[in-house]
Amino acid sequence: MLRATLLVIAFCLALPAQMATAQDSPLQTLLQSQAGEVAKPGRRSVGVVIDALVAETPEGTALFLERWQNKGVFLNENDGLFYYAQKSGDGYELFDIATDAPVGTATKDELTEIRPNGGVRRVIGGALVQFQLSDPDKERRTAALDAILRSPDASQIDPLRASTEGEPDNALRALKERLANLLTARFGASTDDRITAINALSGTMDVDSRAALNQILTKSAAVAPELPQDANIARVLTVGEDISQQDAYAQLVDAGIAPERQTADTIKARLSDNIVDGRVGGIPVGQLSSEENREKAYAALAQAGTVPPLVTDETIQTAINEHAFFETYAESDAAITTAAETALSEVESRVARNQIFDVSLDAISLASIYFLAAIGLAITFGVMGVINMAHGEFIMMGAYTGYVVQQIIPDYTLSLVVALPLAFAVTFAAGVAMERLVIRWLYHRPLETLLATFGISIALQQLAKNIFGTQARPLTSPGWLDGAWVINDVVQIANIRIAIFVLALIFLGLILFVLNKTRLGLEVRAVTQNPGMAASMGINPDRINMLTFGLGSGIAGIAGVAIGLYAKVTSEMGADYIVQSFMTVVVGGVGNVWGTLAGATLIGGLQKGIEWFNPSNTLAAQTYMILFIILFIQFRPRGVVALKGRAAGD
Amino acid sequence: MKRKSFVAENPSILWFLAALALFTIFVTAMSEAAGIGVVSTSFIKTLGKTLCLCLIAVAMDIVWGYCGILSLGHFAFFGLGGYAIGMWLMYARTEIIVTESLSAAAIPPTPEEIHDAVATQIFGVVGTNEFPLIWAFADSLFMQLAFVILVPGLLALVFGWLAFRSRVTGVYLSILTQAMTLALSLYLFQNDSGLRGNNGLSGLQNIPYLGDVPQSMISIAFFWASAVALGLGYVLCAYVVSGKMGSVIRGIRDNESRVRFLGYHVESYKLFVFTLTAVIAAIAGALYYPQAGIINPAEIAPIASIYLAVWVAIGGRGRLYGAVIGAAFVSLLSSWFTGGGAPSIPLGFYTIQWTDWWLVLLGLSFVAVTLLAPQGIGGLFDLIGKKSKSEGAK
Repeated sequence: MLRATLLVIAFCLALPAQMATAQDSPLQTLLQSQAGEVAKPGRRSVGVVIDALVAETPEGTALFLERWQNKGVFLNENDGLFYYAQKSGDGYELFDIATDAPVGTATKDELTEIRPNGGVRRVIGGALVQFQLSDPDKERRTAALDAILRSPDASQIDPLRASTEGEPDNALRALKERLANLLTARFGASTDDRITAINALSGTMDVDSRAALNQILTKSAAVAPELPQDANIARVLTVGEDISQQDAYAQLVDAGIAPERQTADTIKARLSDNIVDGRVGGIPVGQLSSEENREKAYAALAQAGTVPPLVTDETIQTAINEHAFFETYAESDAAITTAAETALSEVESRVARNQIFDVSLDAISLASIYFLAAIGLAITFGVMGVINMAHGEFIMMGAYTGYVVQQIIPDYTLSLVVALPLAFAVTFAAGVAMERLVIRWLYHRPLETLLATFGISIALQQLAKNIFGTQARPLTSPGWLDGAWVINDVVQIANIRIAIFVLALIFLGLILFVLNKTRLGLEVRAVTQNPGMAASMGINPDRINMLTFGLGSGIAGIAGVAIGLYAKVTSEMGADYIVQSFMTVVVGGVGNVWGTLAGATLIGGLQKGIEWFNPSNTLAAQTYMILFIILFIQFRPRGVVALKGRAAGD
Repeated sequence: MKRKSFVAENPSILWFLAALALFTIFVTAMSEAAGIGVVSTSFIKTLGKTLCLCLIAVAMDIVWGYCGILSLGHFAFFGLGGYAIGMWLMYARTEIIVTESLSAAAIPPTPEEIHDAVATQIFGVVGTNEFPLIWAFADSLFMQLAFVILVPGLLALVFGWLAFRSRVTGVYLSILTQAMTLALSLYLFQNDSGLRGNNGLSGLQNIPYLGDVPQSMISIAFFWASAVALGLGYVLCAYVVSGKMGSVIRGIRDNESRVRFLGYHVESYKLFVFTLTAVIAAIAGALYYPQAGIINPAEIAPIASIYLAVWVAIGGRGRLYGAVIGAAFVSLLSSWFTGGGAPSIPLGFYTIQWTDWWLVLLGLSFVAVTLLAPQGIGGLFDLIGKKSKSEGAK
């Protein structure tokens, strides 16, 4: 028992000894000199402590500021010193504020948590940023810059500039310079500084610069009996042109200058409030089913003083005539707003130019998808003259082949390598089978080919629905196809789209080669131009037709894999492309691969162009595009690239 | 020499009209309205709708089977007819409801208030409360009835004029008509198209001012109207394809260039046939949708027009009764199969559910008909006719 008592005494004696070590640090000494302010900081007065801290920057200042801001600093009543504390068991574990080393424990009663209010925390945060900006940890520096970007502030300019010199990371240094420039543009001390910064902004086109410029140019609508001389007026609004009469009057009402105009509903409500013996203002209720009588009744009520007088068109007009409507800048210096206007218009025109470029890239990407979908058709329909309504279903078959392969081979890159040739093989076989069983009996009845292949199309679609279900199946692209190629803040293009573009180019080359440079191509062209003559030259037209149809179908299968990678795989995906594909071939010009290319480019470009004007509405874009195509065919019935002479057939 | 009247030349017309009349009277007698109720009201509606489909099939047969223009856009005209009448039906019914609810207030409503309330009621679902311009005459039954004919007629006239003038023929024309249908349905799918986007027009089975009349009576009335329209349309079409004009039209189908070289203005004939059939299709649509109760843009998707061609091909092209048989047969069979009426076939390892497999069967049988029996079901009548003739010769 005695031993235990002695131990407790010894422990109690040991505690102050440990604390004495903490008291030595320069940080603690500095804080002790302003202890009252540190313990109960006020928004205006805390500056003294912070200035002292920043000026001397004793060891551990950054951490202290951070903990101070986040209510992590405690005052120990026993020795009057500041500690960091962490709850452990019933009591708290104490840490030295300079070194963050554990120095002992304390009970809850002995500690006072220091709780700076919101205003103080902001002041502390402002001082903190400069420490974080030169923090050795790169992530903390990035976080500090993000924080500045989120809530830009005049006080951040100097620390930002100061930390730029020593920044080891090039990207971060550039970011710091950019940010400092942004801040100067908005909060710079002198007009010249700000104008220089604003002019520097005109060379950029990122969202932050545009936001900063727009912040500088914040306008508010105002109304006054006469134009004020001292305000920085953005523009004077002419009622009827720049601002509608209704809006102008609403502005007067908001400013408390004019009474609100009674709406039909309020008039009605007033009238029904004032029904006396089935009459309102002397007019029977039954007659109030016209605007005219209601106004008369209301006028009668107004005459009697029951309701406020009716605001008529004339009173509105007079009120508007007596006032000037204008917009003022929040920024009072005209030189700065002028510079900002110029910079903004420069930035915006550069952004617009880049957007046009971006839309062109989108258009090319869409065109290559249409081209891929249509190139198989260009062979079966364009070269052979067979309308294959099941072409879309071959695209679907290719996509589902890709999906099945991915179920078997889990590696996405490998499965793609397997899926492409397999999709070709599957749809080639399906195409050959279809040609042998159905189409060859109908070569002289093209309209009936259309219907028969449509029958196959609905059967295949339903079959796919029965096998794979109605929900969309994913066809996941390998990792190296994810992401996008970012050219600048406005222009970027997804890798998958680049891949599809490359695939389309490969196919264009391949098909041109097969048709123009090989024996098969020669025979195909011979059979399409004159089957009888070709047969008498020893070419077997049956075989050639079969192979050509198989080739066209096989390409549809590969297109299916490519399309499946960026769109979803459903049993109806083929139907989405079939009409567009026929359009592409018809617009481009039948019987010519270059024509299909032209058609795809035209349709893809057109659709993206229309979407650009009305981005929210792809349905409208498709509608207008089809209308355009219908009109286009009026003027060039044989397509963009029309065949001439014997090759043109009929 | 006086020509024989065209009915006498075409005895099949009388046969058809007699069969149609007998069928109509029989169904009416068996209906709930007549008190027997063997045939349910919903089935009468199905039959009435089928008669409308037969009417558009007859139109399709003229334009494709007789004139050789495979139009894949006639369901667009059908849908436009439905929309035109649907606008009045919806406006008038909503107006009655709105007037009733507004008259409960202390002060009687003004015409503007009623108009605005109707607009809010109809267009609330697409986020607007104002009438688009095309609804300007929606309150007038007469104008909307005129629009049933004028709008599709004008569209067909303009489209046909553009297409035939630049001598777009064959499969190109088919694709072009399909594009027209696609453009129209895509347009109507937009919420700001003024026709309630993909919500379409609904509640069309409730005929305004006839709220007290039971649906069983209304269904019979529409059934009769459809039958009369089919009868009249059939006779009109038969008249158009008889005589010299019919010969020219068939000539265009068989060899357009030769007819042109003979001095006929081929484009005018084609345009006439195209526009006439578009109007017939629109009338069929105007009778169809009040029986169906709802119309939305999915109804005029390109696939619908292709089905129309399928019906005509299965029934037999180039004969009007073939189109009627094809449309009735396939659409009734289709609703029997997809409605779960057909029994499933257990194969031991797999059970064939017809709701899933009917389209596969339809697609394949369609291929079979095209390949093996280009004359369709109507071809059977030829076989019977030949048989009886050869027997008579013995």
